[in-house]
Amino acid sequence: MNALDGNAIAGSLLDVFGAEMTTATGVCGSCGTSAPVAEFEVYLRAPGAVARCRSCRSVLMVLVTIRGLTCVDLRGLAALGLAPTSGG
Amino acid sequence: MTPISRGFRGRRDASADPSRVPPGQYVTGDFPVLSAGPTPHTQLADWSFAIQGEVDEPRTWTWDEFRALPSENLTTDIHCVTKWSKLDTVWTGASVDTLLDGVDTSAEYVTAWSDGGYTTNLPLEDLTGGRAWVAFAYDDEPLDPEHGGPARLLVPHLYFWKSAKWVRGLELKLEDEPGFWETYGYHNYGDPWREQRYWGD
Repeated sequence: MNALDGNAIAGSLLDVFGAEMTTATGVCGSCGTSAPVAEFEVYLRAPGAVARCRSCRSVLMVLVTIRGLTCVDLRGLAALGLAPTSGG
Repeated sequence: MTPISRGFRGRRDASADPSRVPPGQYVTGDFPVLSAGPTPHTQLADWSFAIQGEVDEPRTWTWDEFRALPSENLTTDIHCVTKWSKLDTVWTGASVDTLLDGVDTSAEYVTAWSDGGYTTNLPLEDLTGGRAWVAFAYDDEPLDPEHGGPARLLVPHLYFWKSAKWVRGLELKLEDEPGFWETYGYHNYGDPWREQRYWGD
């Protein structure tokens, strides 16, 4: 099946983090690849959403919505950083 | 390719016996593809199936050895936690009873593991007694990789995430350990008739 990209989980991440996360940079804990969340490989057709590293396919994030509450697990990320915002 | 038969199937399912549809489920004539990752394409020459963990002696089968085991045809209903049910699905597989024949274990739990890293946990007793299979054919055709081929676990009395696609082995355990979706809040057991979708259901 075809994977989507990180834009597919932009809305859920915005709800959880309160910030636009697709431009945040994630570092894969398995292979060290650094990429914007928007470039993650995302599988939505499952009990939850799974974001994987585009290089090594390791699981980076899992999003599950249960009884209206969305939980995000960042299990496979070594780091997740928002780009510095300009201005004040 | 067969829109007429698909439409016919849909009408038949619409009038399906409600006693066969667990609470909160709807009947579909399609076979939705759900996956948490890319579809593995393991070559049969590289495929094996293992029974390991709390056993007297680990066992493995090559594809040819696995296919030489006695197999069974069964027609059963399947129920996905994403709320679709599909009735009268036709499978061929080796029963887990056959795979465990002669295995000496004190384990009460099993983690099924798959190509691609997926895991799911089940009580051992739910895999025995003619209630679980390692299926290699669907509708008399080799199981499509999108549906878990070359072989998937088939445990139709539990929600279908327990029927691990691309299954490669069973780890027998003394202690229960949540699998992939169970770790994220899906029910540890997953009985569709008790609507055990999430922790606490």
